[in-house]
Amino acid sequence: MKRLTPYLPVVGVIGLLLVWTLAVWTRLIDPVLLPSPAATFRAMWTGMTSGKLGMDFVKTVERTIASTAIAAVIAIPLGILLGSSEKLYRSVEFVIDFFRSTPASAMFPLFLVLFGVGDRTKISVAAFGAALVILFNVAYGVMNARKTRILAAKVMGASPLRVLSDVTLLESLPQTFVGLRNGVSLALVIIVVAEMFIGSTDGLGQRVFEAQQLFNMPDMYAAIFAAGALGYGLNLMFLLIERRFVHWSGK
Amino acid sequence: MLDAKPTRASSAPVAESGDCRRQDALHVTIRGLSKRFADTTIYENFDLDLPRGKLISVFGPNGCGKSTLINMIAGLFPRDAGEILFDGKPLAAIKFGYVFQNYREALFPWLRAFDNVEYPLKLMGLPKPERVRRVDALVAHLDVKIDLTLYPYQLSGGQQQLVSIMRALVVEPEILFLDEPFSALDYEMTLFMRAQLQRIFMETATTTVLVSHDLEEAVYLADCILLLSRRPAHVADFVHYDAARPRTDATLSEAEFVRVKAHCLEVFQREVRKT
Repeated sequence: MKRLTPYLPVVGVIGLLLVWTLAVWTRLIDPVLLPSPAATFRAMWTGMTSGKLGMDFVKTVERTIASTAIAAVIAIPLGILLGSSEKLYRSVEFVIDFFRSTPASAMFPLFLVLFGVGDRTKISVAAFGAALVILFNVAYGVMNARKTRILAAKVMGASPLRVLSDVTLLESLPQTFVGLRNGVSLALVIIVVAEMFIGSTDGLGQRVFEAQQLFNMPDMYAAIFAAGALGYGLNLMFLLIERRFVHWSGK
Repeated sequence: MLDAKPTRASSAPVAESGDCRRQDALHVTIRGLSKRFADTTIYENFDLDLPRGKLISVFGPNGCGKSTLINMIAGLFPRDAGEILFDGKPLAAIKFGYVFQNYREALFPWLRAFDNVEYPLKLMGLPKPERVRRVDALVAHLDVKIDLTLYPYQLSGGQQQLVSIMRALVVEPEILFLDEPFSALDYEMTLFMRAQLQRIFMETATTTVLVSHDLEEAVYLADCILLLSRRPAHVADFVHYDAARPRTDATLSEAEFVRVKAHCLEVFQREVRKT
């Protein structure tokens, strides 16, 4: 029984496919609205290998990675700075929390005015949303660094700068990765929405929207699954990086 | 717990117990120490001398400021007033080691055990070969049998605390502080670690100050048992116990051990009951 445990996640996948097939087969749902799994995956396969879907996929990956990278480059140093002084963080906490709670999609018109129609707007809105999430997590990671560990370094004679570089930064790494994972997920959401509406010609959002407009349901589902795979993949990638570099996390 | 001879112990405690207040070789002198937390006075004009090369355990009622005392001596907490000198020198001029109760939060989990032990030497700016040589020498000297290439979270609690103690010892400190170092360990591991600490003390003869919440441990390990009163804390007694080392399980049933422990317990109870 124990040997089977790693395969348990497959159960859900098979279950979903069964329910889906059954729904199509019994015509519970109009086959025009819900194509069979086989038709969907065929559309996905041809789309990814030879069609437009693959190109759109790559475009969305590029935008998501670019916005997350920009967000990380800005938010990580800023988060460390804010987190290392609790007073400083408390004084900007409301502003951060306010904009973190503001739907980034509400910022599209503003960014359109600032950056015009194009990739710059999409990437900067996503970077804005992701940066706040990363900033908040990094700052908390730094603030919640174990006091004993910092004290231990101090008592051994470490200077404040040494304490920061040798202890606080490493202490905040697990929380930083939480921020990065949440940040990349949010960036993907914003990018896909932006691709649907802001004068786009490519990207997964555009693909889903266009397929729906043309009533090409297999293509639409294929694009949705591609977006899902991308989101899952990005999250997994950060998890693997975290496990490699923050081996002590949770131990 | 008070055994057959409580009255004898109490009749002339100082003369019978020996007194660590009358030592020739002083190491630490504390004068006029004061500390308040909010409205509570923990120390008020507190004086104490600690002898050199002894293992001194600190014992007293809950919240009397046992840990606060060593934390102030080791500079972890600021003090409100008073002077603490080591051979006439301030803390900044000496090397010392400090071992925390919570080894899980005191070691660096991103460093292997070896690098944890080496870290204070790195702070001192020693070159890598010298650091490795000194850690290796310490390991050989203490005959430590731990795989130091592992990360702290891969070690048992006792092993982690042993790594903490090695990290404190590697700088060859003049004085070693331990704040309830074994209280997070199970009994079996505690017994093992007491033996280890005793061995380390016999090997290095470093002045050692150990805060303990276990009277048996406080007496068993110590040359001098510092008994504190309720706060504001003063020295209720500073009892000398000079049983030969290495002390073993048999020591625990020797008449002298039983007598000293009974005496300490009596002083402790007297302090606890005071209002």
